[in-house]
Amino acid sequence: MHLNPARSLRPAHAAARHTSSCLLAPLRAPLFLAPLLFLSACDGILDPRGPIGNADGLIMLNSLEIMLAIVIPTLVAALIFAWWFRASNTRARYLPHFDYSGRLEVIVWAIPILVILFLGGVIWIGSHDLDPSKPITSRNQPINVQVVALDWKWLFIYPDQGIATVNQLVVPADTPIHFSLTSASVMNVFFVPQLGSMIYAMNGMVSQLWLQADRQGDYFGESAQFSGDGFSGMHFTMHAVTSADFNTWVNGVRQGRGPTLDWTGYLDLAKQSQNVQPYVYRTVDLSLFRAISTQSLPPGPGPKTGRSGEQAHPRPEG
Amino acid sequence: MLGKLTWQAIPFDQPIPLVAGGVVFLILVAVVIWIIVKGHLPYLWNEWITSVDHKRIGVMYMLLSLVMLLRGFIDGLMMRSQQALAFRAPGYLPPEHYDQIFSAHGTIMIFFGAMPMVIGLMNFVVPLQLGVRDVAFPTLNSTSFWLTATGALLVNVSLVVGEFARTGWLPYPPLSEATYTPGVGVDYYVWALQISGVGTLLTGVNFVTTILKMRAPGMSYLRMPVFCWTALASNLLIVAAFPVLTATLAMLALDRYLGFHFFTDTAGGNQMMFVNLIWAWGHPEVYILVLPAFGVFSEVIPTFSGKPLFGYRSMVAATLFICIVSFTVWLHHFFTMGAGGDVNGVFGIATSIIAVGTGVKIYNWMFTMYGGRIRYTTPMLWSVGFIVTFVIGGMTGVMLAVPPADFELHNSLFLVAHFHNVIIGGVVFGGFAGLTYWFPKAFGFRLHEGWGKASFWFTFIGFYATFVPLYVAGLLGMTRRLQEYDVASWQPWVLAAGVGVLVTLVGAVCQVTQLVVSILHRDELRDETGDPWDGRSLEWSTASPPPAFNYAVLPNVQGEEPYWEIKRRAIETQQLAAEPDYKPIELPRNSPTGFITAFFATITGFALIWQIWWMVVVGLVAAYLVFVVFAWRDVTEYEIPASEVAAIDRARRTARQQWLDTHARVGEQV
Repeated sequence: MHLNPARSLRPAHAAARHTSSCLLAPLRAPLFLAPLLFLSACDGILDPRGPIGNADGLIMLNSLEIMLAIVIPTLVAALIFAWWFRASNTRARYLPHFDYSGRLEVIVWAIPILVILFLGGVIWIGSHDLDPSKPITSRNQPINVQVVALDWKWLFIYPDQGIATVNQLVVPADTPIHFSLTSASVMNVFFVPQLGSMIYAMNGMVSQLWLQADRQGDYFGESAQFSGDGFSGMHFTMHAVTSADFNTWVNGVRQGRGPTLDWTGYLDLAKQSQNVQPYVYRTVDLSLFRAISTQSLPPGPGPKTGRSGEQAHPRPEG
Repeated sequence: MLGKLTWQAIPFDQPIPLVAGGVVFLILVAVVIWIIVKGHLPYLWNEWITSVDHKRIGVMYMLLSLVMLLRGFIDGLMMRSQQALAFRAPGYLPPEHYDQIFSAHGTIMIFFGAMPMVIGLMNFVVPLQLGVRDVAFPTLNSTSFWLTATGALLVNVSLVVGEFARTGWLPYPPLSEATYTPGVGVDYYVWALQISGVGTLLTGVNFVTTILKMRAPGMSYLRMPVFCWTALASNLLIVAAFPVLTATLAMLALDRYLGFHFFTDTAGGNQMMFVNLIWAWGHPEVYILVLPAFGVFSEVIPTFSGKPLFGYRSMVAATLFICIVSFTVWLHHFFTMGAGGDVNGVFGIATSIIAVGTGVKIYNWMFTMYGGRIRYTTPMLWSVGFIVTFVIGGMTGVMLAVPPADFELHNSLFLVAHFHNVIIGGVVFGGFAGLTYWFPKAFGFRLHEGWGKASFWFTFIGFYATFVPLYVAGLLGMTRRLQEYDVASWQPWVLAAGVGVLVTLVGAVCQVTQLVVSILHRDELRDETGDPWDGRSLEWSTASPPPAFNYAVLPNVQGEEPYWEIKRRAIETQQLAAEPDYKPIELPRNSPTGFITAFFATITGFALIWQIWWMVVVGLVAAYLVFVVFAWRDVTEYEIPASEVAAIDRARRTARQQWLDTHARVGEQV
């Protein structure tokens, strides 16, 4: 896969993503959940493409199985009781005084408590092992990306490469990516469903997130926290490429004709705009992220009037 | 003179709200004219608007709730249809309108649909079940209702004057701060909720006092029906949680109006403080809604199973367990803010622990049905539908309580499907079960069974048809509140949910039809005895509808199912208990205090929204004066003479005796 840095990258949902069969999804789900996976086709969190997504999804399905082990018998019993003891059934025994049984009460309290004890262990271990700020260990050197949520687009700064992009991410596959996130104005949530965990981006704060794409592909990313009128347009594509392609891309961006991003340029970028098409900055002021997150740079300005920002980059039809 | 209010506030360029608002306005005007011309105004004023009778107030709450549920449902229809059309297309609702729709949908459904529904049921039922004549503070109760109605009115005024919030049903700052949302939308939200929130808090105080201090002789705590227990737990939660909401919204208002910095980006404001505070109210709120619904099922299932509730003490313990633990789980609404493994782990476990209380309840309802003779009336159908639906909703809730799963499901349509699963499956099903169950007690005739069952089945199937696809869309990574999207794999599920909501619409139409048909055929559906369902608790021992004083003589309670025992005794001995010695009864006088206070609260709220400061002062002073006038009243009660009490009660006894004569053989079957 060759990338041409001079123009915007390929749109989301390119064919490359659909190389593996949906039914061979990496999650080892039990047989009775297979229909669910089949239904879900080849998208979203049931078709994870990285270690975090795999682990999150596995814990989700495990906890679902733990509960189904008790929920299914409960539902079946409830429906059987409700049906068998209908007034018109003359074969059912009427027990008008059956309103207490110590033995049953013990069972009734014990079943949910035991399930929750078991699940509590999963919760405790899971929330430590999969804490979003926990680094991913790998033989490959991690890539740092600084994420700034703006009204209404994503700014991605590559501090080690000295470049930046808007509404698109290019990363090497099979390499941990360390995201540091903040927001220029309101809350947003950075989320790439197929890679796993999401995290809030908030003004005046920096949150940490580690993700990794195991294989090359284009992954859909979005904001998962409503942030105003331009919210629906706050999605991006994350392209995972080979490390050679990544280096080629970085060099191409550096030598390309993209604009440069300094403090003045940032203040312009921070103004509200909707449905922004992806583009790249060939250089970026590396003090920018720190200045935004410590509020040396003021928060984004908000709308000029009661109405939302105009369409800065109208999206082409279709 | 009029603050920010100008002609530009009327959205002449937006036909949908304008036409909708215009039609509603014309209907209201027509209704008012009809009432005046037909001479119904004195009746309405004397019997309803100024009534302090808990039964009348309960009915008015339910009416408000049903109207607002329909309003919120129309918003839901618009959201589903917009998303169905919005695949790589703008749909018919631009963002600034769509954002108002989903914000109004959530706000209206929770605050003015679900809350009045449970408070209405508690108003009508709790004093009857406790065997008393009214709540502790009847005029305060009327004030609570009218303040709630004020909030509902303000939210609906925003449809045509100005705009509603575009920030979701919980306005997270900084988006809700004046910098990012300068219009009046958030102000409508804040003041509507502040005013109705005062009403709700007063309700909480009223009912906690009533339940703790005003029970019939012999009604010890462990003889109270479970509905009263859940009402107690719910109102304790109101008293503890609603001040948090009021304080939080007051801080947001200070930020917006006076340039404070509680939650702003700048000057040391802390946006996460808002999120913590709003959910410290918000999660108990969920249990404020669902506990009374649990109470309804704990009444309906034993009645129609012909058995006492299984594990009564266990049910009480589980209720109080949920009541307390509900205050320790709020952080699960923001696991994804990066709190770290320890904090997330603790709150994840606390959240799943709540499921223990609910699980115990589910099993106890199941064993109540076990060995019963279940009659499948409409309320029982809602109850069985609830058990199935709520178990599934509870399960997806515990999934969301597992932090690593929540890292992928937070804010997705999976979450949306989950909370609709528990709120529709729990609160709304409970509300409809309670409505059909106690309707004959309130009005003296039953609701039509055929239309009720049709409504149940369409709502039940429609619910699954709408929200199962949304669960799937959430698993596909679709987040909530999208005005448009271009991911192809989401589209079929969004379309399926759009079809599902139409099935639910049929259910809603059946519900309305049921009311109309039942009123038209009320003579065939008449409940002569006051005990149409073979009930077990005290409210079925009085007439339908009950007299203003509820009970001619306060009952002497000797067990957990007082009326059931009275009935058994009557059947065994083939005669009613001896006629009591009737005494005159004192009842609280009607008072327009609540209505007039709320009238001035509406003016105050509207003036605050549009910053018309002189009108704010006028409204506040006038509301205070109303209170002062009420406090200086000389006569607080009126007396019903013993002869009238005797006449009313003898009519009830005659009906009972007739029933006893025709059902002489019932006793032999047991």
